[in-house]
Amino acid sequence: MSRHEVQVTVNGRNRTAEVDARLLLVFLLREELRLTGTHVGCDTSNCGACTILLDGEAVKSCTVLAVQADECDITTIEGVQGPFGGLSAVQEGFRQEHGLQCGYCTPGMIMAATDLLRREPDPTPQQIRQNLKGNLCRCTGYEMIVRSVRWAAENSTQ
Amino acid sequence: MSLVGARVVRKEDPSLVTGRGCFVDDMHPDETAFMTFVGSPTAHGTITAIDISEALAMPGVLGVWTAHDFLGYPDLPQGAENFERPLLARDKVRWLGEPVAIVVAEDRFIAADAVATIVVEFDSLSVVTDVLEAAAPDAPLLFEHHGSNVITAVPTNDDLERELEKADHRVHLDLRNQRCAASPIEAMAVVADWALSGLTMWATVQAPHHLRNQLATWLDISQTECRIVAPDVGGGFGSKIVWYPELFAAPLISKWLGRPVKAAQTRSEAMLQMAHGRDQVHSLDVGFRKDGTITALRMVVSQNLGAYPDPTGLGLPVLTTWMAAGCYRIPKVSVSYRTVVTNTNPVAAYRGAGRPEAAYSVERLVDLVARRTGVDPVEVRQRNFIPPSAFPYEVPHQEAVVYDSGDFGKALELCVDLLDYESMKERRDRQRADPTAPLLGIGFSSWLEIGGFGPNGSLEGFGHLGSWESAQVRIQPDGSALVFVGASPHGQGHETTYSQIASDVLGIPMDNIRVVHGDTEAVLQGVGTMGSRGVTTAGVAVHNVSNLVVERAKKIAAHLLEANPLDIEVGDNAFNVRGTPGRSVAWTDVAWASYQPLALPEELTAGALEERLYQEAPNFTYPSGCYACVVEVDRQTGEINIVKYVVVDDCGTVINPLLAEGQVHGGVAQGIAQALFEGVSFDESGSNVTSSFLSYLVPSATELPDFVAGRASTVCPNNALGAKGIGESGSVGAPPAVVNAVVDALAGFGVDHLDMPLTPESIWQVLRKDSK
Repeated sequence: MSRHEVQVTVNGRNRTAEVDARLLLVFLLREELRLTGTHVGCDTSNCGACTILLDGEAVKSCTVLAVQADECDITTIEGVQGPFGGLSAVQEGFRQEHGLQCGYCTPGMIMAATDLLRREPDPTPQQIRQNLKGNLCRCTGYEMIVRSVRWAAENSTQ
Repeated sequence: MSLVGARVVRKEDPSLVTGRGCFVDDMHPDETAFMTFVGSPTAHGTITAIDISEALAMPGVLGVWTAHDFLGYPDLPQGAENFERPLLARDKVRWLGEPVAIVVAEDRFIAADAVATIVVEFDSLSVVTDVLEAAAPDAPLLFEHHGSNVITAVPTNDDLERELEKADHRVHLDLRNQRCAASPIEAMAVVADWALSGLTMWATVQAPHHLRNQLATWLDISQTECRIVAPDVGGGFGSKIVWYPELFAAPLISKWLGRPVKAAQTRSEAMLQMAHGRDQVHSLDVGFRKDGTITALRMVVSQNLGAYPDPTGLGLPVLTTWMAAGCYRIPKVSVSYRTVVTNTNPVAAYRGAGRPEAAYSVERLVDLVARRTGVDPVEVRQRNFIPPSAFPYEVPHQEAVVYDSGDFGKALELCVDLLDYESMKERRDRQRADPTAPLLGIGFSSWLEIGGFGPNGSLEGFGHLGSWESAQVRIQPDGSALVFVGASPHGQGHETTYSQIASDVLGIPMDNIRVVHGDTEAVLQGVGTMGSRGVTTAGVAVHNVSNLVVERAKKIAAHLLEANPLDIEVGDNAFNVRGTPGRSVAWTDVAWASYQPLALPEELTAGALEERLYQEAPNFTYPSGCYACVVEVDRQTGEINIVKYVVVDDCGTVINPLLAEGQVHGGVAQGIAQALFEGVSFDESGSNVTSSFLSYLVPSATELPDFVAGRASTVCPNNALGAKGIGESGSVGAPPAVVNAVVDALAGFGVDHLDMPLTPESIWQVLRKDSK
């Protein structure tokens, strides 16, 4: 199997790894770079637990080969933060409105919600549901996730 | 201010929202090898050969093992005698996906490559996946020595035929409560590290001590050398209290290889290997008067056990039949059940575990009674409810079931108000008359479940060590508190909940309390988180043990203040002398003194502010409530849209309304999902045709509604907190409300019942028949 060198910027740091051609980006992040906040919940790209920002846009990192991310800028959940290193508005919203229970889908949800608020800073509940429909949560029933994103929209300092 | 009842945000969240949680697959000790299974390619067959030669020759493959390598080890624990499940299929495979071999490699990718090279040869046997077909006399047998697929059968002494004959009307209903996959987003995962000092195993489980108890015996090692840790657990819903083979094989292979061994399922593997839930077929008869008063109920349950009887699986129909009568005063109730093996995944607990099946059947029947008599479904319910004055209420058919409290009528009234029932009925009639409008239907579910597991003997029946839960409080010298609990969470928010409970009693701020759980080396002993027991058993344990500690702390405070202990009251992180403002001592001073014999009153010794408790429960608890659902059905496509969903819960005392709401939403979501989307299906050959999230339809945000919530409250008389539990309520109560609504919407189409899931296709078939 062919090996390839991949250079990526992850959460502002330049990282280099030599990977198999078939390696998915999510496993580059989790297993090579040991950024385990990005989770894997399925093998059919349905669940969205592995959502990250790739060059600023939310992407399921199980749908991208690591080699395809060469020279890309990546933000994972570990790179999300608010002013002064605290929680971002989305992270705080999930806490304030109980948008998580077991927390396994949460990093992916937060990345997808962060991307949504970048594109649409004041989304309606219906827009939030539409934009998060690629992320499965088994614990919350989603309404409290919708409230969490609304909280972030209402309390965002940006 | 009391923290119990306060909307407190969770202590768990800062780690989980920043990616700094720690789930099992996040762990990767040096030199960790990866283990995976070869699944059976057939649902029923005799293995004739397994060719592992190519796999063994692959670079990076560390070993391949089959059943004969484990002949010196017992079968998986706690199976039914003579029907035990082997660690790996031995000679015969009984479901498609059943593990037949183990591959261990340097990483998960090499392991998967190796699995693909292994050829399992077999002679096919006839396959049976349906519970009724499997119970038939000529069915292919899973266990030939038994001569039947029926494992247990509990017939009724009284078949009730005479009572049913006497009634003004009777209705018969056959229904199916379909097989579901719990589908926690984190599938099974384990890391086992057998070091010279003993075994440490991290596993995504709901009951680490329970696993420790069984695993140490299985490995024939001391429990002191067998440490189980459940770190962050990514959901469970009942599916993570099952004896999966990786929990036993991973530690053993770690010992053999001298390296840590990890197993972590893909979703497709999880669908084929994890236990499923539900899968019951009910034959129901109800007798009733013209006014809708129900006089007799008969429930006959056939439980699909899957390929091997799981201890919980065997208990599911027990719980179903116990709760057969729901919240209704039915004078004559007759129940019976049988459990049957089939060529499918083993069936075990899934959120509600036996109670959703009961609630679904009785709530469907009540709607049929309403339909036959022409009495409004709300009126039929009100007419048959057990009145609040009747508690404690022993059901006529099962002496173990004594409902503790409830006010079913009030919950229904509140639900009717929140729904705006009268105007909704008008809207229904308007839309029914308008062929351009979607059909509208209204459904109620007055549900009752059994939680708070449980009284002594109840969980022992499912193979647990006990039914108690442990709690231990240790006050540190600085006045902070460690609370150790035997219940181990998977999303419920135990750290927050127990901190609130302990803080209220101790007077120590929540932030100075740390809850420790999920580690058999740190926590005394434990039973686990299941059966809606987190608050009612473990929470009550925390409450009561905190009381023991604070009573001693008062003595120390009195000693330090030279006051009478009876005059000491707990203040804000301090102890005060009642009626003497300003005379007080800080918790931190009391805590410090508690480790200094010279500062203590005579009857106390150093370390006095540490106490432990094994909390027993005198009875189960009986959470109840009423849900209402309004649906619109598209006349052309059969698509169902939930217009409104009202939830009224009665879980007794609420510890944290934010978390309680989350539990209800999540449970109701799973219940709606069962009603409309989810169902595990097998084809004729026994292949699971719903083995990924592409085909097993866990709903997303666009498929679920907002909820309109109300709360009824009757305090549980049987524990110090008055709590009943809330983890499973939603999945118990939700399905019948949805199905009742859809059947109501189809009132003009000659349909009395439709089996779940109510797919657009199944609805379209009904609509289409009518248009022909």
